[in-house]
Amino acid sequence: MLEIAELETRHVGPISMNVSGGECVAILGPSGSGKSLLLRAIADLDPNAGRVALNGQIREEMPACEWRRKVAFVPAETGWWADRVSDHFADTDDVGDLLAAMKLSDAMEWEVSRLSTGERHRLGIVRALQTKPRALLLDEPTASLDGDMTTAVEELIRHLLAGDVSVLIVTHDEEQARRIAGRSMRMSDGQLTPEAGAAS
Amino acid sequence: MTTYISLSNLDLVGASVFLVLNAVFSLVLKLNLERQLLTSCLRMIVQLLMVGLVLKAVFAVSSAIVTLLIAMIMIVFAGREIWARQERRLSGMWGYSLGAGSMMFAGTIVTVCALATQIQPQPWWTPQFALPLFGMILGNTMTGVSLGLDTLHSSIFRERTGIEAQLLLGRTRWEAVLPSTRRALRSGFTPIINAMAATGVVSLPGMMTGQILSGVDPQEAVKYQILIMFLIGGATGLGVLGAVFGSVWRLTDHRHRIRLDRMRARST
Repeated sequence: MLEIAELETRHVGPISMNVSGGECVAILGPSGSGKSLLLRAIADLDPNAGRVALNGQIREEMPACEWRRKVAFVPAETGWWADRVSDHFADTDDVGDLLAAMKLSDAMEWEVSRLSTGERHRLGIVRALQTKPRALLLDEPTASLDGDMTTAVEELIRHLLAGDVSVLIVTHDEEQARRIAGRSMRMSDGQLTPEAGAAS
Repeated sequence: MTTYISLSNLDLVGASVFLVLNAVFSLVLKLNLERQLLTSCLRMIVQLLMVGLVLKAVFAVSSAIVTLLIAMIMIVFAGREIWARQERRLSGMWGYSLGAGSMMFAGTIVTVCALATQIQPQPWWTPQFALPLFGMILGNTMTGVSLGLDTLHSSIFRERTGIEAQLLLGRTRWEAVLPSTRRALRSGFTPIINAMAATGVVSLPGMMTGQILSGVDPQEAVKYQILIMFLIGGATGLGVLGAVFGSVWRLTDHRHRIRLDRMRARST
């Protein structure tokens, strides 16, 4: 379970919420309301205050590097630092199944500069799953994907949920929230409220 | 061996003929360069005359405190130059003190070591030796440090998403920033590496030229020049390393985050 208590960062919070293992929570809300900042704060990428824990282990009691391997974050804009796709993966054999699921089996040979936005995003998700995280933070994971690929990503999320991973997903797509999330929250001016009339 | 030939003021006027000729060309060809030529030329004359007077006085007084004071003034100006040459720099006091501090640290250690062990004037801080030596070392360290910091800061700013992507995979701040650090160190080291490689082939270094013109045996002048190049190279390297690693440390934190909020773009 991912526990967040009184989390505050620039323009956002205090926010308290829990995401159980195997649960997917969607965060909806207008652009600029602080959805991405919330995910960044949970991943400890920006200075923040409050208590964040995974399965009872408090974030500050482990090195930041270990935390980010357990709580993986895929930002809306994926970052790349080398020329070849394979240089961004620790072990390319390890992710064969994930690449196949994302229809990217040949991608390791490709040049980063020639990737489309959608390919970058799918590769970003595969890359984040290399460390076998127990919680996954996704920032608009399907914003640049077509229908088939969106379905593939949602399938992958369901597969992770079946493996007891906690998933927190920022999306603009309310239909998507209904499809994969057990419950939805709405972000407005840095404050998070349960979505009225949400399913379940 | 030739001896030192003193220059008269008339000699200087004579030497300025070609520069004046350039100004005339500028007027005739309407290049609008004559004003700039004139003002920078006057600035050079005034600055050098004043430095000549100051050095003459300092050498005459030959006091450790006055020598130290002059060295400190040189550091303040060079530090300000490092600060001004960066497109993006650390905010607050760090913006000035990290560059100036690394340069001061490296320049002072190297100068003092050279004076105390190799050149050995009596006393070791004798201003005729200490100040020109310190000036040459400081000037080169200043160039290296400002290039290194400027490259580091613009690289971290540009590569932010790539650096954060590495942090998100569980890499440390040092690992994630390593490509930017390497680029910055290389950029800081390049001028001195190029200078060492080209020296003597393309041009005779200024100090060596000066010694030869004042009647020193070329082989003696060469020895001095090699010593100076070693000192300059050593100090530049130390200064660049200190400044770049200090800045990486400042622009990241113990939770392995990139802290761009501690950096500011040049406002002008």
